[in-house]
Amino acid sequence: MMKTGEIIKQALYKSFPVMAGYIILGVGFGILLSNAGYGFVWALAMSVLIYAGSMQYVGISLLTGGASIIATIITTIMVNARHLFYSISMIDKYKETGKYKPYLIFALTDETYSLLCNDEGPSPDSVNQYRFFVSLFNQIYWVFGCVFGNLLGMVIPFSTKGIEFSMTALFVASFTEQWLTVRDHVPALTGLLCTALCLVIFGSEKILIPSMLLITLILTAIRRREEKVL
Amino acid sequence: MTSAVLVLAMALTTMALRFLPFILFGKKTPAYISYLGKVLPSAIIALLVVYCLKDVAITEKPHGIPELIACISVVVTQVLKRNAVASIILGTIIYMALIRIV
Repeated sequence: MMKTGEIIKQALYKSFPVMAGYIILGVGFGILLSNAGYGFVWALAMSVLIYAGSMQYVGISLLTGGASIIATIITTIMVNARHLFYSISMIDKYKETGKYKPYLIFALTDETYSLLCNDEGPSPDSVNQYRFFVSLFNQIYWVFGCVFGNLLGMVIPFSTKGIEFSMTALFVASFTEQWLTVRDHVPALTGLLCTALCLVIFGSEKILIPSMLLITLILTAIRRREEKVL
Repeated sequence: MTSAVLVLAMALTTMALRFLPFILFGKKTPAYISYLGKVLPSAIIALLVVYCLKDVAITEKPHGIPELIACISVVVTQVLKRNAVASIILGTIIYMALIRIV
């Protein structure tokens, strides 16, 4: 059995690339929220309870626009529908996660998903603790960023322009690593081509849902062929 | 008060989306859902790459060249070193430098 300290160290290292991105995005959110007239209790509550980046940004306009509860629920479903897909693909992996399961499911953001969807951890008997700490550290970075940005208001001491690229770099690195590990490249290529196609057809504003539906449709259509390769 | 209700509505709806598949298919996973679980990760990561780059203006200066060079350096570092932390930090530094030069 691995020592908890060692697991925490490994999880910290794994989550490190997310830190910069989450703090920057979180600070951005915190500033917008404070400009909308909501103090740090709101930043804390939203980042702890909702914990979904793009939804929190959209949430600010729902709050200031005085949206109805129904409109808020529908908007949340539209913005966050992709989480259904993350969860579907983690059902088998998270089957034996025991007491960690509720939090692991709750904390499944885009970035946590991309860190954990292909990572079996440092050792088989510590994988659940490892997943828990990676998920937890990511949320800590996020909550810190949101609250800090909210308190900070408009003052940013140095130019961090371009640091948001760390998110793109994270996904590009995950993509490359998967490409190198997995023998079958059809799913990855399906994802690339479908999203590129939807970008051309629907424009950059709403490509997520159409892309996910198209990807699922095509992967379903080629299931018989794929099952042989897997 | 109303704001608190809206925040709660956002939180509960987001949770519902994350938990629903586990509640529906967790006990006995249908073969089709298991299949999706195996092929979706690669496809979704690919989607997220495109999603992050969706707003790059290729027709205007600097024509997405900083993004292109930074992405290539991430891929190359990852292939050579197989270390995601190193690839991400290097790629981000290169990007931040490029947008200040170009």
